[in-house]
Amino acid sequence: MPIGGMFFIVGLLLTIYGVATSGDPAYQKSLSIDINLWWGLVMVIFGVIFLGFGIRGASKIKHGTEDSPEGQAIEAREHEASLEV
Amino acid sequence: MIRAANLAWIDYAIMLIYFVFVLGIGYGLRRFMKTSTDFFLSGRSIPAWITGLAFISANLGAQEVIGMGASGAKYGILTAHFYWVGAIPAMVFVGLFMMPFYYGSRARSVPEYLKLRFDEKTRAVNAVSFAVMTVFSSGISMYAMGKLFKLLLGWDFSFSIWVSAIIVLAYIFLGGLTSAIYNEVLQFFLIVFGFLPLVLLGLRSVGGWDGLRDRLMAVSTGRGLEPAALTSSWTFMGHAGSNPIGVDWFTLVAGLGFVLSFGYWCTDFLVVQRAMAADSMTAARRTPLIAAFPKMFFPFLVILPGMIALAAGAGVYNKTAGQKGVQSGSVAAVQVAQVDTSGGPPASAQPPRAEGQGIIPPKEDAVTGKAEVDSNGRPVLDYDLATPMMLVHYFPAGLLGLGLTALLASFMSGMAGNVTAFNTVWTYDLYQSYMRKGASDQHYLWMGRVATIFGIGLSVAAAYVAASFNNIMDLLQLVFAFVNAPLFATFALGMFWKRSTGHGAFTGLISGTLAAAVHHGLTLPQGAVAGVKGGYFGVLTTYPSELAQTFWTAIFAWTTCFIVTIIVSSLTRPRPDDQLKGLVYSLTDKPREGDIPWYKRPVVMAVAVLILTVILNLVFS
Repeated sequence: MPIGGMFFIVGLLLTIYGVATSGDPAYQKSLSIDINLWWGLVMVIFGVIFLGFGIRGASKIKHGTEDSPEGQAIEAREHEASLEV
Repeated sequence: MIRAANLAWIDYAIMLIYFVFVLGIGYGLRRFMKTSTDFFLSGRSIPAWITGLAFISANLGAQEVIGMGASGAKYGILTAHFYWVGAIPAMVFVGLFMMPFYYGSRARSVPEYLKLRFDEKTRAVNAVSFAVMTVFSSGISMYAMGKLFKLLLGWDFSFSIWVSAIIVLAYIFLGGLTSAIYNEVLQFFLIVFGFLPLVLLGLRSVGGWDGLRDRLMAVSTGRGLEPAALTSSWTFMGHAGSNPIGVDWFTLVAGLGFVLSFGYWCTDFLVVQRAMAADSMTAARRTPLIAAFPKMFFPFLVILPGMIALAAGAGVYNKTAGQKGVQSGSVAAVQVAQVDTSGGPPASAQPPRAEGQGIIPPKEDAVTGKAEVDSNGRPVLDYDLATPMMLVHYFPAGLLGLGLTALLASFMSGMAGNVTAFNTVWTYDLYQSYMRKGASDQHYLWMGRVATIFGIGLSVAAAYVAASFNNIMDLLQLVFAFVNAPLFATFALGMFWKRSTGHGAFTGLISGTLAAAVHHGLTLPQGAVAGVKGGYFGVLTTYPSELAQTFWTAIFAWTTCFIVTIIVSSLTRPRPDDQLKGLVYSLTDKPREGDIPWYKRPVVMAVAVLILTVILNLVFS
């Protein structure tokens, strides 16, 4: 979960920065592509998918792992640390 | 001081976000570190895909990212052999055949397995050499980082070392191995996202793979090789003299593929620890197999930047050292950036460039500040700068921050891998075994945290040692290589031959290490002088390259250890069968896979991994 969150935030930051600096001569470095904008968007999408998996996984796995005490422990651990990824 | 790049606020912001998340993960996990097993083995509770990504990420330190880029520039696509011949088959083997013993024996570390299977002295040798090695490797890696960030960004050497050391210390101290593992997953994705755009932009600028191949042809012939030698992984392997690594196919497969790679991936606790943290036997076995899928595509991520750096167009760097008016002794005499942003370099500032060096700056003598030249008068290139130079060359502010954060992440994941392995081996195999037996679990948990602090403290000290005595590090790495080379013979015999004994394993290990030292001392790579490169006992043979010498040293060490272990074992009394259950192949129940869906079975995954690897080898042959 926090992993998706980080990519979402960094991606968003890059995207906004990319829009703001669009057309800047600095982009001659990256072959005149506004790479911040495009790569920022890619990271935002990745972050959202990751967050989505985290939320879906959390609700789905709950039924599967509750069968074993081991699984319950993992679930509880991950849930409390909000580490469901 | 002249430096390669200046950072904008956005670059610092990205680094800061990364630091916050890394520390946040450690902080969120601190409450779950209740027992020593939680701290050292994550309570054996982590799902396979997470341990799988951590498995490669722990190995994805600076040596990998910087070193593979450097080798890409030096050896071209042949560097991929380290993956497609080396790592992948070894990872399949450890997952399929060795993990049942590591995980099933309930050993808490690799040295502890040796104690269960053989005896106390074999464990002690392994534990001590491993503990020393981890501290120094993380020190060497820190030193490399401090040097690199000083060169690229003008950051103070001590500042980069201490900041990264304290962050790694904080998140491991709080969350133990679990924290290291979750952070390694984060670092894995960060490295992918930081380097993928580099490869995409780089390939685009040189005209794709075909363009890269065409451009490297001139470089290749310039070095006296066939035009396609840098871009074909197998075509020129028939003869050591016709390929850039100077190794023939047998040496490659036996030395790198068999001895060195199996030795590292199958016995190094740094990686094995990740699999041991998995939540079940099947998950532990799947860990290296899951890791193998992304691993086989890593050459495109870490090797291609080096090759592109070699092929990239003219007018991208502007070397000022050696010109009048610049104070000598300036380490960072490489200037990039400005020339690009202003659209083309001022022609007058361009010194004559040697053919085939791309954007890689020449190596400079640390004392005189002059470019080093080889015996033919051509500049020696500082290959370690290939990948960092690519970042600075292609990334504008924003993405540059991401790329540098990815670089930082790789340094930190490597450091964290070493530190978590160190604190476990120290606490379980040295402290609990020899210094204080039978203390409470809370005491060992406390010791683990203390070991984390002094492990990192020692690494920092090692980094400063490396900064002042460069040769000491070369020497140490050589000694580690001697110690590591025979290890796989000991493990293979221990796991698959129930007759092998503790005395056999111990004498095998020692004589294997000695054999490595003797072989290295009697041989020399072509063009080298006797000393740290070998030949200190006199020169019997000369190898076409340093790699060939390394591979043969490993082959000799392995064979010696293998034979001596067998001989001594046959002469000593074996342990009774009932003591070896779960430790030796023939006395262990085969893992059942009946209730696992077919696509999750280790065997199925292993076959898929191997087929894909063969295809990759063929495509780039």
